[in-house]
Amino acid sequence: MLKLVAARIGLGIVSLLLVSLAIFAITSLLPGDAAEELLGQAATRETVEGLRARLGLDLPGHLRYLNWLGGLLTGDFGRSLANNVPVAQLIGSRLPNSLMLAAATAAVSVPLALAIGITAAMWRGSTYDRAVSMLTLSVVSVPEFLVATAAVIVFAVHLRWLSALSAATDITSVGQFFRVFALPVFSLCCVIVAQMVRMTRAAIIDQLRAPYVEMAVLKGVGPFRVVLRHALPNAIGPIANAVALSLSYLLGGVIIIETIFNYPGIAKLMVDGVSTRDLPVVQACAMVFCAAYLALVTTADVVAILSNPRLRHR
Amino acid sequence: MSGVLRRLSAGGIVGLAILVFWVAMALFGSVVAPHEAGAIVDMEVFLPVSAQFPFGTDYLGRDMFSRVLHGTRYTVGVALIAALIASGSGLLLGMCAAVWGGWVDGIISRTLDTLISIPSKMFALVVVAAFGSSVPVLILMAGVIYTPGAYRIARSLAVTVNAQDFVTVARARGEGTLYLVREEILPNILGPVLADFGLRFVYIVLLLAGMSFLGLGVQPPNADWGSLVRENMAGLHEGAPAVLMPAFAIASLTIGVNLAIDVLSGGRRSGEAG
Repeated sequence: MLKLVAARIGLGIVSLLLVSLAIFAITSLLPGDAAEELLGQAATRETVEGLRARLGLDLPGHLRYLNWLGGLLTGDFGRSLANNVPVAQLIGSRLPNSLMLAAATAAVSVPLALAIGITAAMWRGSTYDRAVSMLTLSVVSVPEFLVATAAVIVFAVHLRWLSALSAATDITSVGQFFRVFALPVFSLCCVIVAQMVRMTRAAIIDQLRAPYVEMAVLKGVGPFRVVLRHALPNAIGPIANAVALSLSYLLGGVIIIETIFNYPGIAKLMVDGVSTRDLPVVQACAMVFCAAYLALVTTADVVAILSNPRLRHR
Repeated sequence: MSGVLRRLSAGGIVGLAILVFWVAMALFGSVVAPHEAGAIVDMEVFLPVSAQFPFGTDYLGRDMFSRVLHGTRYTVGVALIAALIASGSGLLLGMCAAVWGGWVDGIISRTLDTLISIPSKMFALVVVAAFGSSVPVLILMAGVIYTPGAYRIARSLAVTVNAQDFVTVARARGEGTLYLVREEILPNILGPVLADFGLRFVYIVLLLAGMSFLGLGVQPPNADWGSLVRENMAGLHEGAPAVLMPAFAIASLTIGVNLAIDVLSGGRRSGEAG
């Protein structure tokens, strides 16, 4: 089993390398380059050539890729084209904000989604289950910004409980902490919870179809006991898998949410980088996100391997 | 066909009706719309819903109803072409991989697996940062992003069909690859592939609307529904219909397609979001 886990982690690292190659290739296909962008139209050919040599842009593609990859590994992410600040410093100042948002969202959404998903599976076919299915399907099939704008209208405009704009920089009290985080976390939770509920429910229902559950029902075990004592322990693997996969939807959601609420996180940094075409910033942020995504997906698979007793003795 | 009609539930009819309506608007929206997309029709901005302006007016006093109709082409049309590219190339590659197997299958599968390990929004942001966001770039980008998913479905379906006796018999008869794919495999996997096409379409609509909402999708003066939400965000605090209506249009489209897919796949949903 350890071998399987090691193989899965190795596969994750290989994927990350391939992803870095893909990201570098896409951002380097463009005809113009950073040297021309930096110097503007008035630059002479000599100054462009000089800067190009200094930035290492005159090297062939594979050497530039290796330079860039080596930089990533040693924490040197290059300099932002927009303001010449080291990218590592920009990311370092934004990353804690995004991690805080992600942690708050996970802390709220995981217990909530598990409770809803398990109860929906327990009473499957009931009105409650159908309502949950309909609601979660609606949430996953509308854009994230609709969920967020709806939350703003309800909580900030009609009820006037919270302010629509948040700034994580001026938190002084616990109350303020909640006022700042409530709306972004709530909007993110809606998206994540919907995904997680659907997957959790599916994982448990899958187990309920197994012969041992039928046996338990035939012996006269009640519906609560069937789900909690018999199906749930066997569904832990698939559920943990579902949780890790749903959390990877955070990465997509957080891009929209940070922009709407003007939240100073790494996703906002990347979106701003894309609009100013600040490629070093975009490359570095994309790598951070892809690494997080692959880490979550790999964790999901590793958990599935660890929790499968049939694989325990291999 | 009669089988499909018999399966039509109320939800399916509603879904198909919504879909047909928006596709018609993508084709004829600019003819039907009461005003030009850029025409300023009233001095009042963010007007509420009225008989004269069914969706209110936007931040410049333009008729929102007309702007949504004009925008249909960019939301529905662009996503439709991109979904055709994604499902078409996925289907083609999937059938090739299934029929030829071996190293062809290996190369295609590994390459597309790499693409799948980049989250879709991340891929889109990187592409827009590198190439800017013109409509052709957006179409190609969305097409490429959703090819691996379409490929996986098509491949696994085609592999199952390929292993069945009637294909073995056809192969033993000496039929060529083209015949096998066209006459034996394609007809047997078309149903689920069509349902998957609907899902791809929904994902692409959501992705491109999200990009436009960030200001990185369809660029002014053109506007899809995502851009319409973005440009009217200032009206959000008054609860203006200008910001809600385009968002509702997106929701009606995606939910409509989801309902219509249930008809195609015989009431069974074919996959989870991805």
